[in-house]
Amino acid sequence: MQLIHCPWCGPREEVEFHYGGQAELAYPERPAELSDQDWAEYVFYRDNPKGPFAERWSHNAGCRRWFTAVRDTRTYRFLGTAKPGEPLPVTQQREARV
Amino acid sequence: MADTLFRTHPLAHRRAALAELSAAVGGLSVYPEDEVAAVDLRVGPVGPGGDALGRALGTALPAEPNTWTHTADGQLIWLGPDEWLLTSAGGDPAELERELGWVVSAFDGAAVDVSAQRTSLRLRGELARELLSLGCSLDLRPTAFPAGTCAQTHVGQTVVLLLALGADDFRLFVRQSFAGYLADWVLDTAEELRAAPCHPAALANLSEE
Repeated sequence: MQLIHCPWCGPREEVEFHYGGQAELAYPERPAELSDQDWAEYVFYRDNPKGPFAERWSHNAGCRRWFTAVRDTRTYRFLGTAKPGEPLPVTQQREARV
Repeated sequence: MADTLFRTHPLAHRRAALAELSAAVGGLSVYPEDEVAAVDLRVGPVGPGGDALGRALGTALPAEPNTWTHTADGQLIWLGPDEWLLTSAGGDPAELERELGWVVSAFDGAAVDVSAQRTSLRLRGELARELLSLGCSLDLRPTAFPAGTCAQTHVGQTVVLLLALGADDFRLFVRQSFAGYLADWVLDTAEELRAAPCHPAALANLSEE
């Protein structure tokens, strides 16, 4: 089984972790001025890159803390993990939104 | 008239089976431990909060992940970067919660009595690590998991708080409702240790057949 490196607990089995979706989503600066379309994009629209992707993961069975992981979506290989607020361990690929 | 309910140990019904297993398998001793008071402590890891809590407990909070330290009558266990579990064999849970809550509330911390959450099972003996390794993915050899370390991980299908008390001495804190499952897992998994197939004499018998 694949091991995921928890920034606190160290390498642990993948089943101890829980996926939390795309990381680094900034809350709108002026929420009152957002249109319905902007809200929809903020709440529901997510990147879907082929390659490195920054995600939130939670170490559910261990320290129960959230952290950021960069995972390659082509190979499911974890490229690095970081505590919240720390810089991303690997640059992620962002899809240009049309 | 209402019946009087007596508090029973969650593993009371497995006690006899575990004792039989310990007697049958040399090098393995498994038994449920007495209930202890447990308080979950939340406070900022750096700064005055942690220091004040350390002074109140008489020992510094273990800052290193996956470690625990002794207190006067229990243990202080790392659960997260800002979370610890205090166990106390003789303490009154409500009293501990009140006293420590008073200390940490000044630093936006919290102390919660979680005595009813977990119970503990003790595994000792030279086969204890062998048994655990059949359901736990961690490297439990003393070089990687020495006395004084702990881990929150899976054993079988349940989450446990696993403490290394010595080289062949483990304490497993498990949720009370999963304690029966864990005891059954131990009893079931230890079946293969009863036969001791890795013993040279047993292997010789197998090859003759």
